Amino acid sequence: MFTPPSNPVNKTENLKVSQLCELCHSRKAILKRPKNLMKICKECFYNVFETEIHNTIVSNQLFYPGEKVAVGASGGKDSTVLAYVLKKLNEEYKYGIEITLLSIDEGIVGYRDDSLATVKRNKEQYDLPLEIISYRDLYNWTMDEIVACAGVRSSCTYCGVFRRQALDRGAMKLEISHVVTGHNADDMAETVLMNILRGDVNRLEKSTSIMTSSAGSPVKRSKPFKYSYQKEIVLYAHYKKLDYFSTECTYAPEAFRGTAREYMKSLEAIRPSCIIDIIRSGENLVLKPKKAKKVTTKFKNIKKNDNMEMEVKPNGTISLFKDGNRCERCGYLSSNRICKACILLEGLEKNRPQMQLENDTSTDGKAKLMRDLENLTF
Amino acid sequence: MTNNIKLLIEFLGGLDSIFDNKRTYSVEVDNDKIKTLKDLIFDYIVKELLVKPEDNYSIYIQDETIRPGILTLINDVDWELEEELDYVLQNRDVISFTSTLHGG
Repeated sequence: MFTPPSNPVNKTENLKVSQLCELCHSRKAILKRPKNLMKICKECFYNVFETEIHNTIVSNQLFYPGEKVAVGASGGKDSTVLAYVLKKLNEEYKYGIEITLLSIDEGIVGYRDDSLATVKRNKEQYDLPLEIISYRDLYNWTMDEIVACAGVRSSCTYCGVFRRQALDRGAMKLEISHVVTGHNADDMAETVLMNILRGDVNRLEKSTSIMTSSAGSPVKRSKPFKYSYQKEIVLYAHYKKLDYFSTECTYAPEAFRGTAREYMKSLEAIRPSCIIDIIRSGENLVLKPKKAKKVTTKFKNIKKNDNMEMEVKPNGTISLFKDGNRCERCGYLSSNRICKACILLEGLEKNRPQMQLENDTSTDGKAKLMRDLENLTF
Repeated sequence: MTNNIKLLIEFLGGLDSIFDNKRTYSVEVDNDKIKTLKDLIFDYIVKELLVKPEDNYSIYIQDETIRPGILTLINDVDWELEEELDYVLQNRDVISFTSTLHGG
């Protein structure tokens, strides 16, 4: 059930000029914008918040008239506000887009089942169609089973890889080729920071783009909240009394991301504009061009003839690398011969997770046994 | 006679999990002892409402103020515009704390 926040009864009667909104100069300011420290009132806040998102959408030409768009909806604050604002802007500015809510059920009892209940309420509240895709149906594994098998430490690795593919498959099922997600400015700054700290220069360049799509992929992703502060998203949801779900995932976030997030929050407390500043820095970073790899004559010939690259895996096998390739097992787009999800699944089935971080003490075949037991009937 | 004021304290955005899973507390405090928001937080909320303070204190408080990432609103106004910890409490004020530190 949804309980909206209470309505305050106390109102300031004698306002000082310094307490007034710096935009309309007529109402009491209720927040200080982290972006520019401007004090504004509730009405002006709604207006500015929505207009900035509209401007982001228009200046980046995110949509075209008649486009079908899926909102990756988790029931959390970001995606709930995104669905609400996108529907509102679509009506106000006549983008002419068709919005669908697309949710992924990872199968996490006590977390995702509750958040999906929120999405189902959102479906009614905003009168938008909803599609739910489950890990169980796609992979025949739930996250709870994966964690039982592979341990809690690598849960985000599995979940991330599987979710990415699940969203694409969900979109393709609905014949939608554009998924918008609620990633906000704080998330993006956090990712830029993490990529810098890890020296992950390949991801660093891509991490600030508002729209991403892999070559040959029919589904593109975009982030209309790229410049929206988390604080403003939460305040918007609070003032509009939007129904959102707010519990941290049972399998807490990766320690590294969690620490980066806290660091960002502490920085923001001292210098609120730092979030947008980090994004700007990320946007303007251009890496020097990569040096051409030395290839042997034999491989050179292959490259010339077939325009293919070789990838040597740690275990000695070689796979043909080409953007726009398809996975040999599931047919999903993959730069490698076998996609990452299939590799992880294979590891799971053998109970030998590839991304193991700690010594797994579970005995061989535990996962298989569990699945067999589940299928037993009397 | 004691000088009591009534306050409504709300823990939102999942913060209720460290306050006995209760989102709203309607409380009466002695205004002679608890005058400012600082008094309310450190002499009342932390002592009376916070569950398992030994584990949960750092989720709510950092460097002697509310932890960054938690939004504090006084009658729906950002506390940055209301003198933050030095805000002088009034009868029937609504104080809300909203966590933003979770997935979206």
